[in-house]
Amino acid sequence: AISSMGSRKRKKQNERSEASVQVSEFFVNAEGTGEKVNLSDLLGTVEKTSGASNKTKKQLRNLQSSKETLELPLNKQQTEKIQRGIAYEKTAAEVSCWRNIILQNQKAEQMVFPLNQESPGPKRVEQVVAGWKVQTPLEQEIFRLLHINSQPVDDPVLTPVEEQSLKAMSLEEAKIRRAELQKARALQSYYEAKAKREKKIKSKKYHKVQRKAKCKDFLKQFDEMVKTNPEGALEELKKMELSRMEERMSLKHQNSGKWAKSKAIMAKYDDSARKAMQEQLQMNKDLTQKIVVPSDDEHESNEEGLETIPDFVNDSEPVIDSVNPWMRGQLTHEEPEVSCVTTEDVQTAEEENEEEELVGEFERKRKLRQADEEDLIPTEEERKRAEDVVEVSDKEEEDDDDDDEEEEEEDVSEFNTLFRLMRSEKTLEGSNQTREGLNTPGQEDEEGLLNEGQIRVRNIEDLEVLGEFVDPQPIAEPSLPRTAAVEATSEPPYKKKREIDLKEVLTKEAKAVKVPFLPTVVDEEERDEQISIIKEAFAGDDVISDFIKDKSKLEAAGRPEVVDLTLPGWGEWGGVGLKPSRWKRKRFRIKTAPPPPRQDQKLPDVIISENRNASVASHQVSQLPFPFQNTAQFESSIRTPIGPTWNTQSVVKNMTKPKVITKMGAIIEPMCSGNQQGAITHANTNIKNNSTVYTWIPPATAKNIVFV
Amino acid sequence: MSAVMPELLTSTHVEKMKKKKPPKRYWEETENTDQSQRRPEEEEGKAGQNQNESTVKERPLKRKNDERLEKKDPFPGEAPIPHKQLQKFQRGEKCKVPAGARRRLKEAITSSEAMSEHAQKQAARYDLLLPEDAGFLEGDEDEDTNTISQDDIADAVDITSGSKYFSLHLSQFGPYRLDYSRTGRHLLVGGKKGHVACIDWQTKDLMCEMNVMETVNDVKWLHTEAMFAVAQKRWLYIYDSKGVELHCVKKFNDVLRMQFLPYHFLLATASATGFLQYLDVSVGKEVAAICTKMGRLDVMAQNPHNAVIHLGHPNGTISLWSPNQKEPLVKMLCHRGAVRSLTVDKTGTYMVTSGLDRKLKVYDIRAFKPLHSCFLPAGASCLSLSQRGLLSAATGDIVQVYQNILGSSPVSKPYMAHRLRGQIWGLAYCPFEDVLGIGHGEGFTSMIVPGAGEPNFDALDTNPFRSYEQRQEWEVKALLEKVQPELIGLHPEQLSKVDQASFEQRHKEQVEALGFDPLAKVKFKPKTKKKGRSSAGAIEKRKRKVAHEDQRDEIRQSVQERTEREKELKEKSNEKKLGNKSTLDRFRK
Repeated sequence: AISSMGSRKRKKQNERSEASVQVSEFFVNAEGTGEKVNLSDLLGTVEKTSGASNKTKKQLRNLQSSKETLELPLNKQQTEKIQRGIAYEKTAAEVSCWRNIILQNQKAEQMVFPLNQESPGPKRVEQVVAGWKVQTPLEQEIFRLLHINSQPVDDPVLTPVEEQSLKAMSLEEAKIRRAELQKARALQSYYEAKAKREKKIKSKKYHKVQRKAKCKDFLKQFDEMVKTNPEGALEELKKMELSRMEERMSLKHQNSGKWAKSKAIMAKYDDSARKAMQEQLQMNKDLTQKIVVPSDDEHESNEEGLETIPDFVNDSEPVIDSVNPWMRGQLTHEEPEVSCVTTEDVQTAEEENEEEELVGEFERKRKLRQADEEDLIPTEEERKRAEDVVEVSDKEEEDDDDDDEEEEEEDVSEFNTLFRLMRSEKTLEGSNQTREGLNTPGQEDEEGLLNEGQIRVRNIEDLEVLGEFVDPQPIAEPSLPRTAAVEATSEPPYKKKREIDLKEVLTKEAKAVKVPFLPTVVDEEERDEQISIIKEAFAGDDVISDFIKDKSKLEAAGRPEVVDLTLPGWGEWGGVGLKPSRWKRKRFRIKTAPPPPRQDQKLPDVIISENRNASVASHQVSQLPFPFQNTAQFESSIRTPIGPTWNTQSVVKNMTKPKVITKMGAIIEPMCSGNQQGAITHANTNIKNNSTVYTWIPPATAKNIVFV
Repeated sequence: MSAVMPELLTSTHVEKMKKKKPPKRYWEETENTDQSQRRPEEEEGKAGQNQNESTVKERPLKRKNDERLEKKDPFPGEAPIPHKQLQKFQRGEKCKVPAGARRRLKEAITSSEAMSEHAQKQAARYDLLLPEDAGFLEGDEDEDTNTISQDDIADAVDITSGSKYFSLHLSQFGPYRLDYSRTGRHLLVGGKKGHVACIDWQTKDLMCEMNVMETVNDVKWLHTEAMFAVAQKRWLYIYDSKGVELHCVKKFNDVLRMQFLPYHFLLATASATGFLQYLDVSVGKEVAAICTKMGRLDVMAQNPHNAVIHLGHPNGTISLWSPNQKEPLVKMLCHRGAVRSLTVDKTGTYMVTSGLDRKLKVYDIRAFKPLHSCFLPAGASCLSLSQRGLLSAATGDIVQVYQNILGSSPVSKPYMAHRLRGQIWGLAYCPFEDVLGIGHGEGFTSMIVPGAGEPNFDALDTNPFRSYEQRQEWEVKALLEKVQPELIGLHPEQLSKVDQASFEQRHKEQVEALGFDPLAKVKFKPKTKKKGRSSAGAIEKRKRKVAHEDQRDEIRQSVQERTEREKELKEKSNEKKLGNKSTLDRFRK
């Protein structure tokens, strides 16, 4: 493969010696080879011939007169697309049987793999013994050693060595045995020497003769063997079967080799060459003949015999008779055609003979095949036959191909019709369009203008409609300032309100607590001191006012700033002491929307920071996870903690159990039900076109599904 | 396949059960029908469980025909859980499957609901395993509980409990600050004049004792009893339980008060210079240093619910801090005078403050609203809340304990009171014990307060009886489960909410955090080339090639648009011209 990747492809260029449209492979001008046979050509002869029936003539005439053309087949891409679609549907239907299982597995809280686990615990003895195999490398090694040293594996009573020692021989026996062995060795050396000598002989004829003799010998031996040693005979038979298979696989004796081709050319002129070819074919036939085992049912063999015998007879007969299929009286269904041909080519009898010889051979071969392959499927047989008869008739081949593709085409045909319909519609539309295109451009323009007009009209309508909306807008706009004004007016009371109500907050009726003991040291001085301290603490409402200041500062900072864009002197008089007019100030002040109310709005003595806690945000979920539709659902789903601090141990285990459990070291086989062998799920990756083919078996079907 | 099998199995079981039913007897008839009417679902449910039950049912029937001895479960089904208990473990609102929801959504919601319900039920069931009740003190008629002296109590209770009332006379280095370890087993006392000692207070076993020869402002246990921090005159020191100095953290100077956040492994310190600093004791790194700009910080408490630090200030305000924000999360004005002390309850719902204005106030810090306030004649210098909500307040040399102060109604008199020798400097309840530790000028006093401690402890979290190995194991687990300081905030439940900030805002935050804009275009930097092609001129040229790319794009676009517009106009005019043509115009050449 690597060498092929590297080398550049070379195109074989045909040599051209003569100037002609068609160049035959023998570099001879072959006129008329590429031309098609017209119906009219055939018709002329039909009219002349008397044998042809009127019916066929009429049909032919009708055919000629009809002007309907055949539909073009869909192009490759389209057909492939349709086929792919159908294939997809089929596989989808087949694959869908897994759907419930998949759903179930998705739903399952926990999956334990491998699925079909062996039940733990003790097993019955029979199970263990029956299923035991040498598995571990250690065991394998041990058994290998035992086998090598020919030690008993199952029932150790005596080792072979011991047995041998038990069967120790006597001296005479040993002598006899030694002599025998010596003789055998000598004989072997003689034989070897002889074989070497014979191998050196270069004469082909000699070898041929030798081989034939051997063959005869072998046959004799075989016959004897059948009687004496049936097992050996069976083995021989098997060998023959093997050679037959080889022959059937190869084209060794089918006149397809270099030698055979050269002979085929010569066969016209040379009888011996012809004979040699025939011999080769005969060889093929002999080799490929099925060996009849007598134990098989006789009926078949009888039939075979019936069919094969006449051929055999024909072969042994003189050459001309043997090769002529027309003389055999076993004509095929192609009779009429052939007869036509024969009627045409009566003049050149000799040439025909030679040609027919070849044809006859093929025919015979085919017959043989037929006989041999009766057990094969009819369609395949047909196909084989078609292959054989390629040279005889091209037409037939086409038919056969049609047969093969018929099934597919049946499926496709429906789509074909559909597509045809669609295409016709499309073309119709196209034609319409073109027709429209041909229309006067003025019309189109008018349409365009009309459209524009409509838009304008619509605009006006919109305006009218808008008017309803626009009107309230001015109302809404003043409302803002009004609210602002309200705010402004309300501010003073608000301010008053916001001052911490001392009664409410700080001097909330405090209950004096009776204490059983009074403080030990209650000196007057200390009391004075305390009072002074308290006075210090209460010096003014410092604490409260400071706090209020702080809060108002923060509130002010939080409020959006009003951007003043008024330019003094722009559009009116400017100068010292002149202020831009009120209208202008209002107009060029840009206010942004107020922020949401502060958390501490209603708590006068509390300031709550409005800063977002960004550090927690990095740990928070920022996007709603998949199945949930709103945050409330998700938050409620994670509201229960899973830690052992808040839960009992069993609950923690249950909550944190893994979704999938796999057993260490166990092979997880693909899921299957129904198939004993298990669903074969494997992937073949093709590196060349970077595609992967998956093969698997769905439950309860034995068919393989392959999808790419 | 495994998912398929169980269903099949159950169905087969059911069939078997039906087959195995014994033939009907006349005396059974009424009963059976009753049963079937009552609980058909239960039978079905049971049928799947096991076959043993059926066999149990059959045998007595065969044995005694005349007796109606069909053994049946007197308490069928699961054991019921009281509604109150269930309510206790309810977490949030249930979510219903919306109408027309897709399959996946349905599955997700139902499964999560089932799981949380199961968890809730199990937790409620296991609540049974917390059997201990809190103690209480009950006086006779016309007797105030606050008049009962500690000696009387110690005499009345058993010896072990009685031994919990004791005092250490340490008049030399007083007044003392104190801290109990989280398990309540170990006590750390630190005298103002440098005396530091840690004691296993139940066995009265002295672990270490030393004098640091410096002013000690505060002492605090770290995550285990193996280490403690001492805020000394200048710097923060960390010692181990043997009294060996492990660290002198010079970054933390003039520390006045400390708080340890156990789940974050953070030591928060408030200094005289107005700095609030966080030290991660697991890695020894300063997490945050915040300048509060509020002056001397000598009042500090933590909210155990959300690990927010509360600071009290001389201007009567209280500010709430997290290490993630440079300004206070919340600032509230609580007193007219300086804040003297504050404490927060275990659930993070209530905060109790006392100020120079001699008032004691209870706040609901979820709503930042005062609940009630009371006037203490001497004012409270120290406050502490126990696990079960008993408030102890130190007024001069008297410790008062209040009950039910976290309720809505104000209290009129204390639950208990105890007078000590010197000025009280530190107050702390011992966790899981009915003991209040008091550090004062004359040493340390341990006082029995019935009903103060939580009777049931979580042995996996804080086990008072844990061994050395258990402590080690706990330490590893706690470190693994350490909560990051970024998660500290006012609302810890925020983590389970979806962040709904806009992309712009998030981007802005990202830019702030990173210090640069990750989405901004990088400035073109010409490659250095060899063979004299990287001369200044060449580089300039190359730069000019890509200069003003975006501007160029804009120009290109605008030009293209203009040309297109012109083209359209032209076409229109052409059409107009054609429109004037007559039909015969096409024959004109």
